[in-house]
Amino acid sequence: MMKKIIYSLLFFYLIGNINAQQTPANKQTTPFSIEGATAHLGNGTVIENSLIMFNEGKITFVGSAMMKIARQGTIINAKGKHIYPGFIAANATLGLVEIDAVKASDDQREIGIMNPHIRSLIAYNAESKIIESMRPNGVLMAQITPRGGTISGTSSVTQLDAWNWEDAAIKKDGAIHMNWPSSFTSGRWWLGEDPALKPDKNYPKNVNRIISYFSDAKVYLAGNKTPKNLPFEATKELFDGNQKLFIHVSGEKEITDAITEMKKLGINNLVIVHGVGAENISELLVSNNVPVILDRPHRNPNSEDDAYDYTYTIAKTLTDKGILVGLGMEGQMERMNSRNLPFYAGTFAAHGLSKEDALKLITHNNAKILGILDFTGTLEVGKDATLFISEGDALDMRTNIITKAFIQGRDISLETHQTTLWKRYANKYKAK
Amino acid sequence: MRKLLLLFSLMLAFSMQSQDYFPTDAGVKTTANTMVAFKNATIYITPEKVIKKGTLLIKDGKVLDAGKSVKIPDGTKIVDLSGKTIYPSFIDIYSDFGIAKPKRPSGNFRRTQYEASREGYYWNDHIRPDVNPLKDFSFDSKKATELLKAGFGAVNTHMNDGIIRGNGLLIALNSNSSDGYRILDTKSAQYLSFSKSATSRQAYPSSRMGAMALLRQVYNDAAWYAKGNMKNKDLALEALNNNKNLVQIFETGNHLDALRADKVGDEFGIQYTIVGSGDEFERINDIKATNATFIIPINFRNAYDVSNPLLANQVSLGDMRKWNQEPANLKMLSDNNVNFALTTHKLKSIGSFHKNLQKAIKYGFDKEKALASLTTIPANIIGNNKLGNLNEGSFANFIITSGDVFDSKTTIYENWVQGNKNVISDMDIRDITGTYNLSANNKNYTLTITGKGAKQNGTVTLGDKKINSKFSFSDDWIAINLNEDGNYTRLVGKIMNAANVIQGTAYDNSGNESYFSAAKMVKKSPKKEKNKDKKESDTTYEVVPVSYPNIGFGNYVQPEQKNILIKNVTVWTSENEGILENTDVLLKDGKIAEIGKNLRARNATEIDGTGKHLTAGIVDEHSHIAASAINEGAQNSSAEVTIEDVVDPTDINIYRNLSGGTTSAQILHGSANPIGGRSAIIKLKWGENADAMIYNNSPKFIKFALGENVKQSRSSNGTRFPQSRMGVEQMFTDYFTRAKEYEALKKSGNPYRKDVEMETLVEILNGERFISCHSYVQSEINMLMKVADKMGFKINTFTHILEGYKVADKMAEHGVGGSTFSDWWAYKYEVNDAIPYNAAIMHNAGVLVAINSDDREMSRRLNQEAAKTVKYGGMSELEAWKMVTINPAKLLHIDDRAGSIKVGKDADVVLWNNHPMSIYAKVEKTIVDGKVYFDSEIDNQKRLAIKAEKSKLINMMLKEKMGGGKTQTPMKRKDRNFHCDTLEELKS
Repeated sequence: MMKKIIYSLLFFYLIGNINAQQTPANKQTTPFSIEGATAHLGNGTVIENSLIMFNEGKITFVGSAMMKIARQGTIINAKGKHIYPGFIAANATLGLVEIDAVKASDDQREIGIMNPHIRSLIAYNAESKIIESMRPNGVLMAQITPRGGTISGTSSVTQLDAWNWEDAAIKKDGAIHMNWPSSFTSGRWWLGEDPALKPDKNYPKNVNRIISYFSDAKVYLAGNKTPKNLPFEATKELFDGNQKLFIHVSGEKEITDAITEMKKLGINNLVIVHGVGAENISELLVSNNVPVILDRPHRNPNSEDDAYDYTYTIAKTLTDKGILVGLGMEGQMERMNSRNLPFYAGTFAAHGLSKEDALKLITHNNAKILGILDFTGTLEVGKDATLFISEGDALDMRTNIITKAFIQGRDISLETHQTTLWKRYANKYKAK
Repeated sequence: MRKLLLLFSLMLAFSMQSQDYFPTDAGVKTTANTMVAFKNATIYITPEKVIKKGTLLIKDGKVLDAGKSVKIPDGTKIVDLSGKTIYPSFIDIYSDFGIAKPKRPSGNFRRTQYEASREGYYWNDHIRPDVNPLKDFSFDSKKATELLKAGFGAVNTHMNDGIIRGNGLLIALNSNSSDGYRILDTKSAQYLSFSKSATSRQAYPSSRMGAMALLRQVYNDAAWYAKGNMKNKDLALEALNNNKNLVQIFETGNHLDALRADKVGDEFGIQYTIVGSGDEFERINDIKATNATFIIPINFRNAYDVSNPLLANQVSLGDMRKWNQEPANLKMLSDNNVNFALTTHKLKSIGSFHKNLQKAIKYGFDKEKALASLTTIPANIIGNNKLGNLNEGSFANFIITSGDVFDSKTTIYENWVQGNKNVISDMDIRDITGTYNLSANNKNYTLTITGKGAKQNGTVTLGDKKINSKFSFSDDWIAINLNEDGNYTRLVGKIMNAANVIQGTAYDNSGNESYFSAAKMVKKSPKKEKNKDKKESDTTYEVVPVSYPNIGFGNYVQPEQKNILIKNVTVWTSENEGILENTDVLLKDGKIAEIGKNLRARNATEIDGTGKHLTAGIVDEHSHIAASAINEGAQNSSAEVTIEDVVDPTDINIYRNLSGGTTSAQILHGSANPIGGRSAIIKLKWGENADAMIYNNSPKFIKFALGENVKQSRSSNGTRFPQSRMGVEQMFTDYFTRAKEYEALKKSGNPYRKDVEMETLVEILNGERFISCHSYVQSEINMLMKVADKMGFKINTFTHILEGYKVADKMAEHGVGGSTFSDWWAYKYEVNDAIPYNAAIMHNAGVLVAINSDDREMSRRLNQEAAKTVKYGGMSELEAWKMVTINPAKLLHIDDRAGSIKVGKDADVVLWNNHPMSIYAKVEKTIVDGKVYFDSEIDNQKRLAIKAEKSKLINMMLKEKMGGGKTQTPMKRKDRNFHCDTLEELKS
């Protein structure tokens, strides 16, 4: 009897809950050919009137529709439309927090200061309602990054249509993330101190703590490794160069210190995240081959005297100096705002970059920085068929209207919790 | 050592004076009844009245006479002051001398305190007019010594604590006397400020605007109390009424607060004397217009240490400028005929007072005014004509100096207070400078003495070799210690005669004594020193010009209202006309004068709009920029406060919003409480003052709020009612019920206690004030409409309204508008069902919809947010554009002036380089009232100018540092970022 009630409750729950997540799409079984669209390959190339074909999850053809070649499988006529590689949100926290203000839904930071062993991937909630809201805007992949502490932990890259984190992962544990200390500190106003930013006397001490931590790890790894030290074990790939170290840092002094000190330790595979002030030390970055993941441009400049468009023009400034630039999400309301990724790139295009260069930030460049460019990030034969069709320019909110999206060739749903509510209530008033 | 000596001389100067009729066991009665005449001095009777070679005659602590020919009675002690100058002693008009600030009560105060701690007093602990500091007063001899050294003879002190602080004490700095003589007035003034008392944790007021509202209510209540209408005893109000006729001295922290204090005073017919902050020059015209007398501190900041460019980069141009401009503040005040006194208040050390004043004088401050601001003006402030002058009958409070008291080379010799001498620097010290032949130890040394007065110092050489030596000099005795490679010789001798022959005894390494003498060789050559002097006085002090506001991107001159003809542009009218291609728009006298083809206008600046778009200026229904405070959250209703009180025209976000095409905004109170404060509806007229930004005849608005913020959902110590949505309904019902009762009483003609909070609610009931209500979920939205229906008022706007789409039909029926975010959600539980289709659904259901920012960054790109309603929900671009222009203008009841391009409306327009809703659109010009407040080309020039000016100031600061000037560590002021739920702390 009891069982029956539970089952029937479950039944009602299943059919009654319209808030259920979208079902992940099935594996690609038939080929697709998209014809006639303007293809933005993500590497700077544009093909007008293009033909893109993909099968079994991989791109099989990229070229002109004028080309006399047999169209495979389902043919989609996309004349007048635009086709893009799936956009990639770097330095994101999608799936780690559902509602900012609800602590119970927050899994983005662990206690402790040095946490290289902490892995974001296993906390990634593939069924987050926020994640599904990314897809209708073309955001199809994300780097899931832990926050907090000095060494926050390890990030993985996911695709955004999955049953679970294992399904979702396209690059596991690709990078370790570290928050570099600031050389400035603000007074504790609650103790009556002036809240202004002043040089932090503890800065050298804080930097030394990081250096000695990695030195100790190195010594440990070179030794007999007993007793086991899990955090030290987790740094191994950094020294081997197989894992990247993302240093979240701003300020000329801090960036310079971070790069030179890490290189001294033999950690060479570096990425700078935030990088305010990087424009003034571009030679150091270029000569060491260190890319920069910029923050979202829709934020205020740091200083009163900065130009109003400082955060809009910075991508152009860094690109011109030869720095490989990507675009990250960290900041206020970062998860829900990750769906605005295309418009952040668009803002960089409005303020200096060419549209294709701006597009590169969230496709080719982010893929390269995250170490996934060999299989995704651009529309090239042999790469994952992770792409979408937009009615118009996808970097402009006016024309970012996405009608079809594929992840690894899978024809994914563009419906969300939000579109469900939209239809439900639009119909409510229509019925009246 | 010298310090000790000074203290010693202060104490010995005169024996303690005792009260006439007090018993004493000091032997026979010795009445000191001496008259003293000071002859041959330059005497400043007042700053304006100066007597050369005059005589000052004093008796019993008072001036008997002063003038050119004063009859000196027999038995008068005569002091010859040839070449010296007498000034009235200075008055420090603002001080907490001898009155310790109360300590904050200790203990665990996690729970917010809403009620007052005191009984029998006003309901708010921070109102303390009853404080009589006399019981806390204890003459501070140490501080008195410092003040005496600086030339002060009297100090006006008070309890520096609370919003209304009680009365003050006027104290003569007479260290040799008792309180019986030196307390000159126990009710010299009443004191006020915007800071809370440290004695109480009572939360209200938590903001500047709350403090202003509280003051108003106190004045209302005091009047009500005076009429005998209050049932209870209120010792605070009683004291306030008793202190009514005292001068009211109001301490402020910056020029904006000075203007705010003056505004409150004016409303109640009180002219405060305002303690300023030294930044008055930043809005000198407004300061002048207060007609207030000011009390100005001169705590000039040190130069920033800019030697490390990475650190120097942190300092804003505004702060760098302040370093450069502050010393010119006194000059600018006096050039503008602002009446002011000076104070040592805020100085870390009183010793720096003269140094800073001298600096101000070098920057052009007039010396006569300087003297007045330390003597007659402060005396006038407290209405005491016996201080600050040397007229007959005034206190014998005067200083004797070697010359011009404001010259750095002048020595203050003596400071007489109430006829008691305090020696600062012995004026009879002989000048012993010169080069001496010093014979001692069977050697002929050379002794060179330089310097002035007690500071004369000697060095010893033997041949060409400089000897390690130590020299001291007092009371005609000199002592010299010589260290010749570890062989010590001590010399002590007396100056024997006018020729400065020195004779005495030398004690050698082994303790053997021998005779030594020193005699002058040649006259000193003062050449070198003179050159140095000349250099100093020749230095010019460049003061960089003040801009409005006085930060980077400020305007040196306000933009002119011009007639502008924009030709051949795509016009987004936001009216039924829709989009007009290839059209001309004429702006004339600040209004939109004509719209059409091939327009011509004389005297109009033509702008080619080919390929460009012209729209109405964007209107932001929900903004928190340009305000010094946002939440007064210490009570569940704060209808008494208004953002209009705290509009901050110095906020860079005003300029940045203009750069994104925003021209009007409602600056809303936050959402900390269900009934929030009143709004300020402003035009973003960058560079104007606060009053000029607020709309003329502004529609009246108030913020209400529902949901998580008002029930303190995310506060760890929330205890204030209401804590649930259930309580919110009752809270509104209660307040409006009371407001109705209040109005009924008021209308009945019976006496009633004027309550600003109730007056505001009555305005709502009468349809004179509109509500903009922060809201999220459908239940609460529905609830408030039902409460409104029941109580007989209307909700004008639901702002945020993220579940508006769920009750859009009900909203349309109530006639309420919705002002929402384009796509925000998931930041708290109540926005879990927020959808970007909200605007479109509400619009389709007949609700007037706007897209707002609630964010200083988003408010500079609301055009993009409007575009999102096309993407989400398929609005037409025309309707989408209205959501950031005419619709919010309608919601704010300013659509007769703003929100569309229509003949007769204010010329608030934006010229875009592209389709205005495109991500690629950039603003070229933002025009408000026909004045160009943002121009992308001028913006580029401003960037270059900032860089150039910063470099210039950095060079000046480097020069200062390398010249030995003091510097401070570079710092960066914290950025303000107000949202709905920003709670600020009003300091106490």
